[in-house]
Amino acid sequence: MTKARTGRPLAAFGALMLRDARVLSRELIPFAVRVIMQPLLFLFVFTYLFPRLGTGSQMMVGGGSFATVLLPGLMAVAIMFTGIAAVALPLSGEFGITREIDDRVMCPLPVYAVALEKICFAALQCMLAALLVLPLAYYIPSTPVALHVSSWPVFVAVLILASLVSAALGLAIGSSVQPRQIGLVFSIVVIPITFLGCVYYPWALLSHVRWLQVAVLVNPIVYMSEGLRTALTPGMPHMPTLAILAGLLLSFALLGGFGLRSFLRRVIS
Amino acid sequence: MIVEITALHKTYEGKPDPVVAVAGIDLAVEPGQIFGLLGPNGAGKTTTISICTTRALPTSGTVTISGVDVVKHPARARVSMGVVPQYNTLDRSLTVLENLFFHCRYFGIGAAAARSRSQALLEQFQLGERGKSFPNQLSGGLQQRVQIARAIAHHPAVLFLDEPSAGLDPQSRIAMWEAVTSLRKEGITVVLTTHYMEEADALCDQIAIVDKGRILALGSPDELKHRHGAQTRLELKLRDASATGSLLSALRSMPDVATAEPTPEGLRIFARQLDGLLPPVVSAAQAAGLRDLTIHEPSLETVFLALTGRELRD
Repeated sequence: MTKARTGRPLAAFGALMLRDARVLSRELIPFAVRVIMQPLLFLFVFTYLFPRLGTGSQMMVGGGSFATVLLPGLMAVAIMFTGIAAVALPLSGEFGITREIDDRVMCPLPVYAVALEKICFAALQCMLAALLVLPLAYYIPSTPVALHVSSWPVFVAVLILASLVSAALGLAIGSSVQPRQIGLVFSIVVIPITFLGCVYYPWALLSHVRWLQVAVLVNPIVYMSEGLRTALTPGMPHMPTLAILAGLLLSFALLGGFGLRSFLRRVIS
Repeated sequence: MIVEITALHKTYEGKPDPVVAVAGIDLAVEPGQIFGLLGPNGAGKTTTISICTTRALPTSGTVTISGVDVVKHPARARVSMGVVPQYNTLDRSLTVLENLFFHCRYFGIGAAAARSRSQALLEQFQLGERGKSFPNQLSGGLQQRVQIARAIAHHPAVLFLDEPSAGLDPQSRIAMWEAVTSLRKEGITVVLTTHYMEEADALCDQIAIVDKGRILALGSPDELKHRHGAQTRLELKLRDASATGSLLSALRSMPDVATAEPTPEGLRIFARQLDGLLPPVVSAAQAAGLRDLTIHEPSLETVFLALTGRELRD
């Protein structure tokens, strides 16, 4: 019996996940290289090389080694880049040159579910990326890294929420930006939110630059970095856990809502 | 009725003025038909198909596919339809076989059944050796064939083809026509849009001639040609082209001859219909030394011309 069965949107959702898994399985090595390269070099230069060049003593931030500050930050960056690469880049192609999106949209499930599937699969990739970076950030630095999972539930919640936020960010970018401008988005959105995302410094230390400490609260990366900081390097100063979870949830709702709306508007005329 | 379109309107809120793409279309397609929407570019054909296939929302009016309202239950309506849009939407990240396989999976077909269905489709559409190729490695004609195979993979009741021969070379076009006509055997209803009258004529059982968002005429290709004054043209070449006066009056008195006129090489007859007309024409013309007779079937091009006063390919 090969007849299509009606009324099974979940089956279609699962099949879309399988399709994405098949495509990813062909690109595992490029995926890993893309995820690892930037944090690898970052860690190598700042936490392995610099201390050996005699600048190590200055690389103490907030009472911990720079490596300890970087570990959660680089995981957050890996999550964010992966979310954008997994949703925004393919989506802008599917909307643009190939018009492939029409094929996915013709699946027997509500159109918003096609976008949700993209978020879910990308979030899985984000978690994988974060877990790839974790050992790098632990083993490469020549200075000790104070890694300690204080609360597993918080770590898991932050990891999942941060991944969903970054996938939603990918959806928002991919469905609202013209394919030709996707490069520009990296310069005017992605790079600023990375550098101002409490990746390379804990949020608490921004109290020295008070206006910035307040301003960065609109940046979702802040909650991703701080969340992982709370969960993995609790010895460092960090935001209250509740504020982090609220920030992540709010970012997900806003970015996801905006992304879904743009997606629907692009797909249905 | 498998496709029912009632009082369909679609206006795009454009700047500076809104654009009326569909201005009141009513249609009913019977099961098993190959139904064509024929009209020039910008007639509203693609918009109509987009609404039928849940890709656009109507301003007003309803469309049902196998009784399911496409606006109220788009996901359920999609189960009953296969779609080949104007542009290539093959999944470029998957092989041809995987395109078919995952399409089956999207529509709830189990893994084993999806595998055998994909394999069967490769055979049916003569894509046997191309299963492992990626879409971009295939010619336009082959990609189009994969798209049709994929669109019918989940056994839809109706297949929508939007300008299926756009961008195809003549040979691929013939192959595509064969693929479409072969679907008749499977009982799949086909709705296609085209601005090639040859295509509509060769493929369709029923044609709706569309212009400016409205249906101007509806019927089988033959009905349309008869109803709208497109007549069969007979060109006679005569050995003695000068002595045609009495022959012309004899021909004009025949009931099926609409008019007859002399030409430099002989004469031309516009016939209302051809059945039983040839023997008396031939015997009458024999005296004047008939040496050649060509028959030009009426074409939809002339029907469109009669209906709108414009050429189809304006």
